[in-house]
Amino acid sequence: MLAGILFALGVVGLLVRRNLVFVLMSIEIMLNAAGLAFVSAGARWAQADGQVMFIFILAMAASEVAVGLALVLQLYREKQSLDLDSVDEMKG
Amino acid sequence: MNVIAFYIAAVIAIVATVLVITLKNAVHALLYLAVSLIAVAVIFYDLGAPFIAGLEVIVYAGSIIVLFIFVVMMLNLGKRATASEAALLKPAMWIGPVALAAILIGEMAYLLEHGAMGVPAASVVTPRAVGIALYGPYVIGVELSSMLLMAALVGAYHLGWHKQPKLEIQDVSREYGTGTDAGRDSIRTGSGRPAGAA
Amino acid sequence: MFKLLFLVPAIPFASFLWLATVGPRTSRRAVAIVGVGSIAACALLSLLLTGSYLVSPPLGGAYTQVLWTWIAAGGFTPQIGLYLDVLSLVMMLVVSFVSFVIHLYSAEFMLGEEGYSRFFAYMNLFVASMITLVLANNLLLLYLGWEGVGLCSYLLIGFWYQDSVNGAAAQKAFIVTRVGDTAFAIGLFLLFTHLGTLDIQELMRRASEQWSTGSSLAITAAALLLGGAVGKSAQLPLQTWLPDAMAGPTPTSALIHAATMVTAGVYLIARTHVQFSLAPPAQFAVAVVGAATLLLAGCSSLVQRDIKRILAYSTISQIGYMFLALGVGAWSAAIFHLMTHAFFKALLFLAAGVVIQALHHEHDIFKMGGLRRDLPYGFWGFVIGGSALAGLPLITAGFYSKDLILWHTWSSPQGSIALWIAGMIGVFLTSLYIYRLIFLVFYGDKKMEVSHRSHWRIKLPVVALCFLSIVGGFVNMPRALGNVTAFTDLLHASLPEALEANKAGMTEGLSEGLAAISFGCGLIAAYVLFLRRRSIANALGASSAGRAIHRFWFADWGMDWIYDRAFVRPVIWFSTIDRNDFIDAFYDGVAGLTELSWRALRATESGRVRWYAAWITAGTVIFVAIALWI
Repeated sequence: MLAGILFALGVVGLLVRRNLVFVLMSIEIMLNAAGLAFVSAGARWAQADGQVMFIFILAMAASEVAVGLALVLQLYREKQSLDLDSVDEMKG
Repeated sequence: MNVIAFYIAAVIAIVATVLVITLKNAVHALLYLAVSLIAVAVIFYDLGAPFIAGLEVIVYAGSIIVLFIFVVMMLNLGKRATASEAALLKPAMWIGPVALAAILIGEMAYLLEHGAMGVPAASVVTPRAVGIALYGPYVIGVELSSMLLMAALVGAYHLGWHKQPKLEIQDVSREYGTGTDAGRDSIRTGSGRPAGAA
Repeated sequence: MFKLLFLVPAIPFASFLWLATVGPRTSRRAVAIVGVGSIAACALLSLLLTGSYLVSPPLGGAYTQVLWTWIAAGGFTPQIGLYLDVLSLVMMLVVSFVSFVIHLYSAEFMLGEEGYSRFFAYMNLFVASMITLVLANNLLLLYLGWEGVGLCSYLLIGFWYQDSVNGAAAQKAFIVTRVGDTAFAIGLFLLFTHLGTLDIQELMRRASEQWSTGSSLAITAAALLLGGAVGKSAQLPLQTWLPDAMAGPTPTSALIHAATMVTAGVYLIARTHVQFSLAPPAQFAVAVVGAATLLLAGCSSLVQRDIKRILAYSTISQIGYMFLALGVGAWSAAIFHLMTHAFFKALLFLAAGVVIQALHHEHDIFKMGGLRRDLPYGFWGFVIGGSALAGLPLITAGFYSKDLILWHTWSSPQGSIALWIAGMIGVFLTSLYIYRLIFLVFYGDKKMEVSHRSHWRIKLPVVALCFLSIVGGFVNMPRALGNVTAFTDLLHASLPEALEANKAGMTEGLSEGLAAISFGCGLIAAYVLFLRRRSIANALGASSAGRAIHRFWFADWGMDWIYDRAFVRPVIWFSTIDRNDFIDAFYDGVAGLTELSWRALRATESGRVRWYAAWITAGTVIFVAIALWI
């Protein structure tokens, strides 16, 4: 339940904010919430699998943050702003 | 499982997260995110997963958030950025996402009501058990995530490295009279250029 | 020898291909050599084949050469086959020889024009198609040749395409003959569905077996074939295209619209004579059409000013004679007249070409005069050709052929006195209009100066045709004058004999005498009206009745006017109001709908990440909802 609420909050943050950094933060929130759900499930049945999943999620989150922040840098370099709506060149 | 600890940590996590998504200053938001993550780590410990709790603090709160903070500070957005953020966050914009999220939470609640649910077992899953599971049935996941990390490393390096378009930046440096290679990195040393303005 | 039959259509076709592709890049000399040479080869071959046929005729009187099977679909297997019997032999000979002579003429005549090789390409294609038409052993191949000559007619009428008037004339020719062609096609469908074959000899055999005389099927089929013939041969009511077709070059008019293409209808009817014999009403219709046309066109020709239009109406009129002969069952007489007509009409057109070229493309006869000393070849060409046309007794070919027809209109069981009288009046009119032309152009005061020396290539064809116009008739002479029936006897191998009922009141000699008198009256009338006392003609023309009649006949008895009102205007009106076709709107609607959905979908690709994320979330929510509650 908690995981669900946290996840929902992450979604809201993703949709509302336009600053790319905040968007990435929201993604982190969502990943964390998912991981929480996994661990809870694992603990429920006293198995290690949930924790294993969380480790993978962690690894994935780390790599995603790395790449995402590199993109943030690129965006800033190109547009001098972090507004996500300004990168709509792939429209149409 | 300690119920009170769970609920306190849960409340802290929720509050911190709400603050994260509503704050305008990036650094503040990040710090609150760190708080939220640590709260979740507490919950993990409470659930009987001490290894994960440790990992959460060390890796997630420790390195990922720190990385975020590095980048945010590197961008050096300044006061104007925070101001413009305010302009972007009109209350009206919250309606849609909140509605969607509310539906999502509703669905989750429904599921939990009608699904099989029990009080979690009180046993602790030791790191040793995690390690055996990781390198036993899940060893392929280990391999894959190592490859993923490698790819992320290379990708981040490539994206982060940028070739200087010499003409442009030279002009800028000449214009603004800074003798140093001002375009080398994206630290604007207070040159007054607007940052974060849309 | 007969094995070379296929070369007769193949050589002109091959030279067409050469002229169309390589020709424009070679010299005029090369084009002329190839263009004329191919037809010369064709004519030579025809001559050799004729000789071979006459010396040792093939078994059964006909030689068939099948080149290959054209279509093999179910029970329908028409072939590319050539059929040589006397009828097609005669036609082939006439066509190839007259074509050769005219090609030689046009090598000189068209020398100053640009598009020289184009002209010869079209002419050669025409000859190839015409020979195919004449030699075809099945109606489908005949139809192919039919369409081919129609196409070449269109191309050549509109030869000087830069002037849109010529293009319009070409279109008119094509469209009017198309009406006839459609009737012909429907006739083919009918014949095939009921008789199961299109091979001509087989068709005739089955028709006479399966259809009784006078049955409605036979009449319908014959009437449809008649429709096709009427269109191509410019008879009533589809004759309006031929006068306008004179917009083409003079050699074209000579070849296509006088000597050969327009006689294709006559050939068709002669070929399918069994069909017409099985349908007496249709055959009678042929005769009536012929008689009416010859009178109508004769009157129209009398009041024309353009030298070529006079000859065009004259052609229509003479083909009316041929139709008349076919209608009363005098098949061979019709073919005889076809042959002599080819000679003298081609001669008349070539002579007209001489006059036109000498006067720098002047066509109006009232602007000409007194040319008989300056243009000897033109003058004698007209005199000999015109006399043959009118039927100067004894020494011209036209006299013999026309009289044969006149005699048969009287004496045949299907003939009647009314038809005979029509023919007689036609003789009078013919001599009147042609001598009018001769007197106006060659006698009287000179109105235009001319200095012209004819080239041998022009002189030779004219002389050759003059000779033939005189001599060509001697192959068949009436009883009173020696009873030579060489030609008709020859044709009786493939065409039935003309029957002679015993009708009192007329003998052949009397008929001829009356025809000769009729001719003389016309000549004298022309002499008086147009040479001696022009005042009478002018007075006649100036009177109100005269003016009205003149206008009426000038406009071809108002047929163009009728067609314009009845067909052209309604079609144009309808197509103008139907400009935004409602059926088009349906198809446009489909396109419009697609465009609308495109627009809608395009809006979803806004390029904004948050937008996509929002939709993903919404989608997830919906799917979960569906999974939970449905």
